Amino acid sequence: MERLTPVEIRAPGEWQIATVTEVIDETPRVKSFRFDVPMWMEHLPGQHYDVRLTAPDGYRAERSYSIASSPLDVGQVELTIDLLDDGEVSPYFHEVVQVGDQVELRGPFTSYFVWRGETPVVLVGGGSGVVPLMCMLRHKRRTMPELDMRLVYSVRYPDDVIYRDELGDDAALTYTREAPDGWSGHTGHIDAELMRGPADGAGLAFVCGSNGFVEAASDLLVELGMGPSAIRTERFGPTS
Amino acid sequence: MANFISRGFTRRRQTPEELVDRLPPGQYFERGFPVLTAGPTPHLSLGSWVFRIDGMVGGQREWNWEEFNQLPSENVPCDIHCVTKWSKLGTSFRGVSVDTLLDGVDPKGAYTMAYSYGGYTTNVPLADLTGGKAWVVTEHEGEPLPREHGGPARLLVPHLYFWKSAKWVAGLRVLDHDEPGFWEQNGYHIRGDPWKEERYWND
Repeated sequence: MERLTPVEIRAPGEWQIATVTEVIDETPRVKSFRFDVPMWMEHLPGQHYDVRLTAPDGYRAERSYSIASSPLDVGQVELTIDLLDDGEVSPYFHEVVQVGDQVELRGPFTSYFVWRGETPVVLVGGGSGVVPLMCMLRHKRRTMPELDMRLVYSVRYPDDVIYRDELGDDAALTYTREAPDGWSGHTGHIDAELMRGPADGAGLAFVCGSNGFVEAASDLLVELGMGPSAIRTERFGPTS
Repeated sequence: MANFISRGFTRRRQTPEELVDRLPPGQYFERGFPVLTAGPTPHLSLGSWVFRIDGMVGGQREWNWEEFNQLPSENVPCDIHCVTKWSKLGTSFRGVSVDTLLDGVDPKGAYTMAYSYGGYTTNVPLADLTGGKAWVVTEHEGEPLPREHGGPARLLVPHLYFWKSAKWVAGLRVLDHDEPGFWEQNGYHIRGDPWKEERYWND
């Protein structure tokens, strides 16, 4: 309990040069990158960093990525990056970046889609929308393991499961297109049957994924009795 | 830092040449229209919809949906810039100029708070809403504004980052002081000029 994150953080906002210390293959299309961050500041689970790439001709591209690591990892952040076919920052990370590389970034930013210790809480993630939720779950497990936090996680195919080894009894998984052989759990899109248990009694929900996923999930939570103001959402479009 | 080069990085995304100058720093050209909202999308009925101008004003105004649609409206060709880095260039909306809405209102303060059905708020100085710079729009590219993009009506302030263009807008409250709205309390910049890259609190 003594390691709750602070209530509010004012990020330095300065661009800084971080060093990649580890690259983790999560799925065929998702990698996590761990950075040493010189002007590191403790983040709230759910916050993001901005990343900026600069080409030799001065061309620049900026994107935002959710933090996956607990703020207990002092001096470090882990960003999990989904490869987008027509993107320009995610392909750079997937195809070029290796351990020892330097990357300009700044953060952590924004304090709405953040978990500050509220409980019971339900997390609902679609695809790489699970990233900021895993940050919350990892931090919870290391600070207050007894606290009631449940994850509902929707993926398309068996290959798409990010953080596979970290999904325990507190995670309800569904495969929407194809389940692995021998799978006896839920299949198809999230529905009331899947959500009812995890959402039962929850006073707060964090929902992250594509816009369609977030709309469906938050409508379900409202149907199950949650107030709209208790549902915090973060959406991503087919961009980057 | 000014000389930092990302090893092995080259441009992959092409912005049409005639549009390059319309892209603010740190933004990329997006052909779609992504949806970003902090909570569930509200369901609003046109029968109970009203738009208000209140707060520090000589005379409060209020229009129901029918009355609002009788106000003079105009086409607004514009570029929009989302703080999450995408810009949509050469789009258009249709709606009522805030100048028209303020006609006869006699504001007594220089600031406003736009407020929305569902509880969202965003602060905008009055000077950023007047002089043909802001609208309350009900159409996007010739169609009724979709619910997920703020329909039936949203504020449109295209010269500021798009979080200032409050979806499901319910009114404008005139204030005598500046006060942070929803995102402005949660880390985003108090004004949000994309050309100055005013994204976060300390920018």
